[in-house]
Amino acid sequence: MSKQTIIETQNLTKVFGTGDASVKALNGISLKIGSGEFVAIMGPSGSGKSTLMHILGCLSRPTEGTYILDNQDVSNLDNKELAAIRNQKIGFVFQAYNLLPRTSALQNVELPLVYDRREGLHRTQGESETLARAMLEKVGLADRMDHQPQELSGGQQQRVAIARALVNQPVMIIADEPTGNLDSHSGAEIMNLLHEIHQQGATIVIVTHDPKIAAHTQRTIELRDGLIDKVNHNGNNDEQWKRH
Amino acid sequence: MKLHEVFRISWDAITKNKIRSLLTMLGIIIGVAAVIMVVSISAGTEATISDQITGLGSNLIFVSANFTRGGPESFRSTSGGLVFSDADAIAQQISGVSGVAVEQDASETIKGNNVTLTDVSVLGTTIDFPTVRDMKVASGTYFDQTEVDHKEKVAVLGYSLAQSLFGDSDPVGQYLTVGTTKLAVIGVMAKRGTVGGTDFDARLYTPITVVFQKFTPSQFARFLGDRVRLIYVKVANQKSMNDVITQVQLLLYRRHNVTAASPDFTITTQQDIITTQESTTAAFRSLLAWVAGVSLLVGGIGIMNIMLVSVTERTREIGIRQSVGATTDDIRIQFLAEALLLSIVGGLIGLLVGLVGSMLFGAVSSMRTVIVPTSFLLAFGSAALVGIFFGYYPANRAAQLDPIEALRYE
Repeated sequence: MSKQTIIETQNLTKVFGTGDASVKALNGISLKIGSGEFVAIMGPSGSGKSTLMHILGCLSRPTEGTYILDNQDVSNLDNKELAAIRNQKIGFVFQAYNLLPRTSALQNVELPLVYDRREGLHRTQGESETLARAMLEKVGLADRMDHQPQELSGGQQQRVAIARALVNQPVMIIADEPTGNLDSHSGAEIMNLLHEIHQQGATIVIVTHDPKIAAHTQRTIELRDGLIDKVNHNGNNDEQWKRH
Repeated sequence: MKLHEVFRISWDAITKNKIRSLLTMLGIIIGVAAVIMVVSISAGTEATISDQITGLGSNLIFVSANFTRGGPESFRSTSGGLVFSDADAIAQQISGVSGVAVEQDASETIKGNNVTLTDVSVLGTTIDFPTVRDMKVASGTYFDQTEVDHKEKVAVLGYSLAQSLFGDSDPVGQYLTVGTTKLAVIGVMAKRGTVGGTDFDARLYTPITVVFQKFTPSQFARFLGDRVRLIYVKVANQKSMNDVITQVQLLLYRRHNVTAASPDFTITTQQDIITTQESTTAAFRSLLAWVAGVSLLVGGIGIMNIMLVSVTERTREIGIRQSVGATTDDIRIQFLAEALLLSIVGGLIGLLVGLVGSMLFGAVSSMRTVIVPTSFLLAFGSAALVGIFFGYYPANRAAQLDPIEALRYE
């Protein structure tokens, strides 16, 4: 496994509000995540894990500190640049799936490709469709690509979301409570899928409050009150988890 | 992202929720349809009016007497007032004139063929009447100069008058009693219809000299003599109108012994009448267009309001798009394009509704409608502008959403 660092944060701080009403959600987080790692960020509500996730996902900027993603300092980029980073470098998976309603699975997976405006990139509509189809096959939903979210089960919707997260070949996947809305069976399916993807070389960060989910990963970073409380190393055997 | 992709995304969004899109467009549809119908109805009315005026006969100059305020004494004055012989003078001394007609009307009871009709309109004319009024003789002849000079008691019947008196049999050669005078029917006019409120087919035409002698109330006859109210002059060539008018003015100034500063007659042309009518209806038309324009404005406000609702309902969707890399501009352009598309489609539907409505209205009501192509451009163009203008605020609201807040939205 490559030892290249994908994520590096130095003293990340996030303050909301001003003066007497200000809230310090993150109080100085420094961590490193390497390429190909499978990491969990865990903590109770109020620990700052959502705030950290938003910053790592380039949905917001830190108040102080530095965030280096894939060797690029993204701490102070403007909105347009952050949007480009989200498009090219990051794949989100949300607890509530967040698929576009009344839109087919195929079109949902294509969405990141629509907004990809890298220099010199000339992707045709056909090429986008081909990529999206390939991703849906990868997550095992090739036969459902014309279905709309309301015609899919929770587990299937989450798989579409994962395909969408992968389609533009990001440097990492950020999953926010990916099994939170699923029953234990579908939840296990999703975790299996994540293990598979990890085995193929992906860098995955799961944000969760559930220690059982965190236990799937190689390393758990526990947050409390905006600071890193402890770090657990859980072992790195994907095969052991893929029992079914 | 290329332009056609932008419109594809926006088109998808619109067709996804057809009912909401239709409701959004409703204001524009009604506004555009209203503008088109209003313009076509008023253009139709204008056309009807100008048709009526030109239906009086084309290339006409009207020379009318200015009656001064004074009573019978003024009629006695040796200078002033249009007289019968002025018509002859004009016909003979002015070039470019293809016909001169004088009319004098009366109303009489007519008995003929065992039929009695009361209050029939009797018109005394000169021989040029058919030429000047663009009427044709269907059977028999019109009276000639000799008959006019000799005050011959002859009559030509209008089409429907002939039918009322004689049915299908030929009236030519028959006799009528008009008032207390016996007239011989020498012709029947072809159907002409109602022009300018006058039914040409229901009249009896006879030499004007006969009307002066027999059908003008005696007290007026004593004062009026051979004074006439109106002389029609038909100009041979549209282009020489102004020239003929000048000639007539000079001739009559001389004959009546008046100056250009205080003439005792007025010359008007059909164009004058048409122009007056046109400016009235044009003012009316622009008022109506303003009203319709207001309704288009209201339609735009409707678009804005529904789009604001749409933005709120799609907050989550906006957040999703942002999370996969849509920029502020992307979101703004998407919603602007939706507003524009809604206005354009609404404009097209409104155009169709306006067209069909105008045709139906013309078919069903007695009013005429004229389709005016420039009104399409006006209505459609304003619809598009309205869409962009009123779509801007909602589009901006959408673009300014914070992705994290948007994703959290229930």
